Amino acid sequence: MQRGFHDYIAENRDQLIFQPRMGFGCTQQMRTGLEAVKRLPFATIGTITLDSFTRMGRFSDAQNAINQGHALNGYPLGAYSGTTNRELIADIKSPSFPIQVRHGSPLPYPVFEKLVEMGIDATEGGPVSYCLPYGRVPLEDSINAWRKATQLWALQRQGNYLPHLESFGGCMMGQLSPPELLVALSVLECIFFQHHGVFSVSLSYAQGTNLVQDYAALRAMNRIATRLLEPESWHMVLYTYMGLFPKTEAGARQLIADSARLARLGGCRRLIVKTVKEAHCIPTIDDNINALYLAYETHCGPITPDESFLEWEAQIHARATRIIHTVLELAKEPGEAILKAFRLGYLDVPWCLHPDNRQLARTTLAPDGSVLWANTGQVPLEGLLDTRESESASPTSSKLLTHLSWLQQRYDKTAKPAAISSVMGGL
Amino acid sequence: MKSAILATIHSDAHSWNLIYFQLLLEEMGFAVENLGVCTPPQLVAQQLRNQRPELVVISTVNGHGYLEGIALGETLRSVNETSLLVIGGKLSTNGICTKAQEASLLGAGFHKVFHQQTSIDDFRAFLETHDVYQEVSGL
Repeated sequence: MQRGFHDYIAENRDQLIFQPRMGFGCTQQMRTGLEAVKRLPFATIGTITLDSFTRMGRFSDAQNAINQGHALNGYPLGAYSGTTNRELIADIKSPSFPIQVRHGSPLPYPVFEKLVEMGIDATEGGPVSYCLPYGRVPLEDSINAWRKATQLWALQRQGNYLPHLESFGGCMMGQLSPPELLVALSVLECIFFQHHGVFSVSLSYAQGTNLVQDYAALRAMNRIATRLLEPESWHMVLYTYMGLFPKTEAGARQLIADSARLARLGGCRRLIVKTVKEAHCIPTIDDNINALYLAYETHCGPITPDESFLEWEAQIHARATRIIHTVLELAKEPGEAILKAFRLGYLDVPWCLHPDNRQLARTTLAPDGSVLWANTGQVPLEGLLDTRESESASPTSSKLLTHLSWLQQRYDKTAKPAAISSVMGGL
Repeated sequence: MKSAILATIHSDAHSWNLIYFQLLLEEMGFAVENLGVCTPPQLVAQQLRNQRPELVVISTVNGHGYLEGIALGETLRSVNETSLLVIGGKLSTNGICTKAQEASLLGAGFHKVFHQQTSIDDFRAFLETHDVYQEVSGL
């Protein structure tokens, strides 16, 4: 019997699984990258990230770029034949080394067709998370397209071989998003996936600017998912911080290590790791391998959130629950409910400029780095705000710049050179 | 109140730069229409024709600013000759905007090119030397 991504997650119940963000235009390089990750002596999952032409469904543009010898920022699976794509993963993808394809398509059906042809059983995205932050495709079009793509994905189930779909909803905007909104969007997208027949799902969450707040958010997400998603169908995945990354190597290493500890402590099953080069250039295969080693070797290190997490967990849980239920009551079908919620401003992603986002909500950072609402717009949080929030103002332009680089500066200033010397072994 | 249109080039999905400029221009007294990421050139042209703002800011950081900026500048200039038109950010993939590239963008219709070596203070100073900002700040 075929075993895939879903089984691998179930079998590695007791350990954190490490995954890079990796994509190359050249087949040989993509293959080399996947092989290097597979050789690592701990639990990993391979990643194929698609290029930006392919994400937008512009397969022929990707094809032209390849023909003219241009480097692409990801793997153009639409520019290559099904045979080439299948050969890429033929000897690499296995029950002990699943592969996930990551893209960013608001209109993903053509990409999903290629994934099916290629024999891939795990991908990611969502009608909101792959639409709002990256362009101006109308949300309604994205929801319709994701509905069709999810239904196609559901058909790939063969007995116990389950196609997997991860929601990118916990990563909106990369920084300055309120944790309860990230939790709510991840849960809502997973509910959407399961409603349309995809059983095996994961909820994402991007590390933010305060470890205790993040830990509380993961605990809250765990509780909500337990209640609202099918038993044994889901897990959580943490992303290393996706905002402005530390410029110093020591700072970047410290941040990656903290993300690994947070993932383990917060009950995540996967960690999507960034590299120390993140602030400077597109990482190489070696950079990725080094980052995976670093995360693996530090993930069991000490991390002791102070007791304030309990209060935060209760707050995030109450707020995310309120948002999710308010949205789901708007329509029977979750996609329709999400669309109505954005029109009404019940869902409003702070700082997101998409024409279908109401853009009334604003956030700010507290001195301890935690994300606070500065304006909730129409997001249904009456009675759930704390005093810091009712008193905080939306940031000025110079304050916004300070907020955007807050974590970068903090890690660059305070990071001590890591004590782990063995991690730079590379290939 | 003076008005400004804020936009980026068609291929650029970055938004924090646009959000920052929206706040900055609002603080300088402009009514800002932020057209958002991946702005279609036709949309910028249409808004420019309809609203005739004092200022148009094209902010881009994906490295294609020079490539796509020339045609955009020509289009915008052809629909409205009075608005102050500026482009800035990371305009090429290596982050360097050469003198020749800058000249091409100016030739295409932009009044000023801000690249990575220039700062927000330069942007502010430029607006101050044009009556567009003096009038605003004198209100």
